[in-house]
Amino acid sequence: MTGKALLEVIRLSTTFRNGNGGLHVLDGLDFSVAEYQFVALLGPSGSGKSTLLRTLAGLLPPSRGRVVFKGQRVDGPPRGVGYVFQNANLMPWRTVEENITLPLELAGAANGAAAAKSREMVELVGLQGFEEALPRDLSGGMAQRVAIARALAHDPDLLLMDEPFGALDAITRERMGLELLRIWEARRKTVLMVTHDIAEALMLADRALVFSERPARVSMELTVDLPRPRLDELRYTPEFAALSRRLRDAIR
Amino acid sequence: MHGVSCPGLLRGSFVSRMAMNKDLMTNFPLSARRGRALAPGAFALALGVFLWYALIWLGGVQPFILPAPHQVWGRFLRALADGSLAGHSWVTLQEVLAGLALGAAAAMLFGYALAKSTVLEKFLAPYVVASQAVPTVAIAPLLVIWFGPGLASKVLVCALIVFFPILINTVVGVRSVPEDLRDLMRSLHASRAQTFRLLELPAALPVLLGGFRIGATLAVIGAVVGEFVGADRGLGYLLSVARGQYDVALVFVAVFTLIAMALSLYGLVALAERATLGWQRQAEQSRMTFNPTEKN
Ligand SMILES: Nc1ncnc2c1ncn2[C@@H]1O[C@H](COP(=O)(O)OP(=O)(O)OP(=O)(O)O)[C@@H](O)[C@H]1O
Ligand SMILES: [Mg+2]
Repeated sequence: MTGKALLEVIRLSTTFRNGNGGLHVLDGLDFSVAEYQFVALLGPSGSGKSTLLRTLAGLLPPSRGRVVFKGQRVDGPPRGVGYVFQNANLMPWRTVEENITLPLELAGAANGAAAAKSREMVELVGLQGFEEALPRDLSGGMAQRVAIARALAHDPDLLLMDEPFGALDAITRERMGLELLRIWEARRKTVLMVTHDIAEALMLADRALVFSERPARVSMELTVDLPRPRLDELRYTPEFAALSRRLRDAIR
Repeated sequence: MHGVSCPGLLRGSFVSRMAMNKDLMTNFPLSARRGRALAPGAFALALGVFLWYALIWLGGVQPFILPAPHQVWGRFLRALADGSLAGHSWVTLQEVLAGLALGAAAAMLFGYALAKSTVLEKFLAPYVVASQAVPTVAIAPLLVIWFGPGLASKVLVCALIVFFPILINTVVGVRSVPEDLRDLMRSLHASRAQTFRLLELPAALPVLLGGFRIGATLAVIGAVVGEFVGADRGLGYLLSVARGQYDVALVFVAVFTLIAMALSLYGLVALAERATLGWQRQAEQSRMTFNPTEKN
């Protein structure tokens, strides 16, 4: 299971400046993520999960420590990272297709190549027939799928996902999780996904990291050695229940 | 979140006042373009003309105080036939368009810089607000003294008068760009130009065009004020000459022409909104265009 590390987080600390001495959010985090691994990140609200993701994406410089991605220190957004935000974060004036191809347009890809990629992505996330729709005409789940397609469009090696299904109802959420799994298996990506949902983490991830209360440290690390493909029945097995209990205890 | 806040002065007074303005002005001219909405409009117009006549006949108002609609119409046709109306209108229109272009360009450049730099904003905000407290009517004579009675001084009055609302709307528009979309652009290595063209401009456009709506009508006022102070051409000049000669019918002709000009400009901006803001929320869009049947 341990391949070479794609992402290393080394003694990473982040303190936000505020009036009284600063808000210490991340406290000396140390972990690494192997290539093609699917890692779930859990933790209490406000513990710094989004802050970590923003740091990994090079959007926020850390106060101390460093992030190394593909052997290179991150200072500024590195290439090869796809970011799925806590909300879908689409551009409301662009159609589904135009939203998906934004990364290609920014990279100066030819129109033909972008169109082909867009078709492929639309198919991947199952949005055929909605290419010309505007975000206002999409359901929450569809918008989130567009966001995922957009994050995958420039074929990143690392996918950072910040509660991508947070706004969805339980059923849609499960379905989206399965779709994500399918995409992950088809594309061989490395994924770091923030979630509040223990079952979701166990269904999807190879490994789960649990953050403590702020200032966040990794309070528990769990290898999810459940067999794949993980089918729905897995939820009702004793192994699943045991892991789920361990995670719940760690979060509490 | 960096600099989401405008200083109180920039925000409270003007923006809210303009937002109200915008609401009041939103539906009117566009609804008139719709067949369905045309009938009540025509009725209101007919009623107005009727009341006008009623006032003259029942009140016994003299024509040199208030000419009858047909007299105004006749004066209109004469002014049209001798070419004077078209000539004066053209002069005023040039002043308005040039002033609007100049004022808007300056306001957008300045507003963009202000929106992007908190330091610059803190430094310049007092001047911007103070400049708005100077009544344009009062400095129009100065501009005429400095720049002569020709086109230039009127263009400057127009530019000054449209500057502030468009500036404010530019600042508010650029500030309204969601921080997450900025992060998205940053994570995708968008250049400054790409961020401007693909994010800031479309995101700020609704608010910006709102500023243009107000600016378009204000520019007409600016031109007339400039012409009142000192000019030998233009509708404002025609108006003051007609008043001097007690040609009240001609005064009405000039006033109606100005109204028509302001409404046309306003309508053009509304058309631009229709063409570019189809992506906005359905509810908002139908309110704006008065056309709930047509999607996209
Ligand atoms: N740019 C910032 N400036 C100052 N404080 C910030 C900033 N971003 C986040 N914080 C603070 O850092 C803490 C962690 O925020 P973060 O968004 O990372 O939490 P989270 O774990 O993602 O929470 P949630 O599960 O609710 O999304 C919060 O207390 C938040 O207020
Ligand atoms: Mg978060």
